[in-house]
Amino acid sequence: MGDVRLMKGNEALAEAAIRAGCQAYFGYPITPQSEILEYLSGEGRKRGMIVLQAESEVASINMVYGAAGAGARVMTTSSSPGISLMQEGLSYIASAELPCLVANINRGGPGLGTIQPSQGDYFQATKGGGHGDYHVIVLAPSSVQEMADFVFDGFDLADTYRNPAMILADGALGQMMEKVEFREYDPAEHVPPKPWATVGKPPTRERNIITSLQLASEDMEKVNLKLQEKYRTIEAREIRCETIMTEDAEVLLVAYGLSARIAQKAMQMARAEGIRAGLLRPITLWPYPYAAVRSLAEQVSGMLVVEMNAGQMVEDVRLGVEGRVPVSFYGRMGGIIPSPEEVLRELKQAIAKQTTKQVEVS
Amino acid sequence: MSETEVIENALTEEEQELFECVYERPGTLTDARFHYCPGCGHSVVHRLLMEVVEEMGIQQDTIGVAPVGCSVLAYNYLDIDMQEAAHGRAAAVASAIKRILPEKYVFSYQGDGDLAAIGTAETIHTANRGDNFLIVFINNAIYGMTGGQMAPTTLLGMKTSTSPSGRTVETAGFPLKISDIVAMLPGSYYVTRHSVHNPNAVRKLKKALVTAFKYQNERKGLCLVEVVSNCPSGWKMTPTEANEWLVEHMFPVYPPGDMKTPKA
Repeated sequence: MGDVRLMKGNEALAEAAIRAGCQAYFGYPITPQSEILEYLSGEGRKRGMIVLQAESEVASINMVYGAAGAGARVMTTSSSPGISLMQEGLSYIASAELPCLVANINRGGPGLGTIQPSQGDYFQATKGGGHGDYHVIVLAPSSVQEMADFVFDGFDLADTYRNPAMILADGALGQMMEKVEFREYDPAEHVPPKPWATVGKPPTRERNIITSLQLASEDMEKVNLKLQEKYRTIEAREIRCETIMTEDAEVLLVAYGLSARIAQKAMQMARAEGIRAGLLRPITLWPYPYAAVRSLAEQVSGMLVVEMNAGQMVEDVRLGVEGRVPVSFYGRMGGIIPSPEEVLRELKQAIAKQTTKQVEVS
Repeated sequence: MSETEVIENALTEEEQELFECVYERPGTLTDARFHYCPGCGHSVVHRLLMEVVEEMGIQQDTIGVAPVGCSVLAYNYLDIDMQEAAHGRAAAVASAIKRILPEKYVFSYQGDGDLAAIGTAETIHTANRGDNFLIVFINNAIYGMTGGQMAPTTLLGMKTSTSPSGRTVETAGFPLKISDIVAMLPGSYYVTRHSVHNPNAVRKLKKALVTAFKYQNERKGLCLVEVVSNCPSGWKMTPTEANEWLVEHMFPVYPPGDMKTPKA
């Protein structure tokens, strides 16, 4: 048994960052994730981390660019409006192929919105977010344990692919307390050499340049082709998802993060009523587990996607399903967390509607 | 290839022995030819920076940050490790590099739009934190790269493509003297304004750059060296006219001299 503690999700994420050998953290206060900056300002600094409360999220993400370019393992965190401000910087970081970890403790939007939990930033996180063709690797925890675990995984993925990685959680996961066990992890065994970093040019090598600029179209297309090739590799190797009780499932719930926990409870309630429901929980939101969705579409009669937004991941589910079975959606917005009872009700309605449709078709 | 090589090749070895080399391209500049317009101050400042880096023997200990603007490609010319920052964020990028590599020399190189418009917050907070690196600030009162638009430092009455009748207070406010603001902040250590419009000014600027690097080595805090420069293309003047105009119109608003020096 490793080191087990009772912690808030935000604190677990911060503690994991220290243990993962994160050398520097740049951030700006915003609810519901300020505990990360607070925890690292105390505990992080005490244990040798460079922690700077920047003047804005814009400055934070550009400090991440500078520190990552100088070879450091580096992180920033924020919540939705702050993550929006970071999108230009993330685009530069993705283009310059710098490894870093970003966490978005999603709150309700649009605009200033609310400080309550939401999954309204799915599109922003998974489709690029900023300008240009790029992807960040997106991990979606659904427990405090995963808030910690995915910090280690996120840093390792970022370093492996020289690409930003993002933990997309929500305000509830950030604020709730659960048991968390920290894995044994020696950063020295995980952080690869970074011969490309700008650390000062010795006479023995050419100068290192960190840039996202290629003025000639042919050169910029080459940069894009290289990035796309990398993304295809990541898609081939790094897709992660969890399936629960799908072996005999006739209907499928699809949900990630906090919604997946609610959907799992609804699934158990449905099973108690004799409905053979299963759950697919995408863990990497990019790359997305389209193949798992597709293979389950061959098995079940319909799907219900549950999100804390107006329907975002449901588009990816439909891309995976390719019309094979009906896909319904249930979502709450504005910081409201759906209850398992609501989800069960929606599941039953979806089954009824989907069955009627199939009868009409045949 | 560089003009220097052509001249060297024109002389036999015996002839070369008769000459003493008094002026050559610093080894810290790459062989790439500057893309800057004829008469532009950027080339001179690039060269001076690299002369200082070479003479101080700190090429392998120096990391530069290029801005967005005419000098966005500075890393093509300066033979040191460099990062190219997003528009206005060079100071934030440099702040982070210096924190990761406190033993190294770090400088950002920024124009007036980059440093005094879109990057104002980063400039002020970097100075206020007393971050220990050098900002080289090229002030030519115009957005050169995008084709000559008004800058925060554009003079009143000055015509640009976005102030075609001349800058007015009513629509665009006043020229922003950002170096003076930086000098007022307790975190800044050395703030000085120079130019490169004649050889004497070039010599003075070089001294200021040496001084700033020396202070960085002593961990004194933020140093900012402003260079009042020209933009013959954007100002629609010949290089000579631009330099004369600079003395006549820029200096009254941006007078050369120290704004902040350590108390003896």
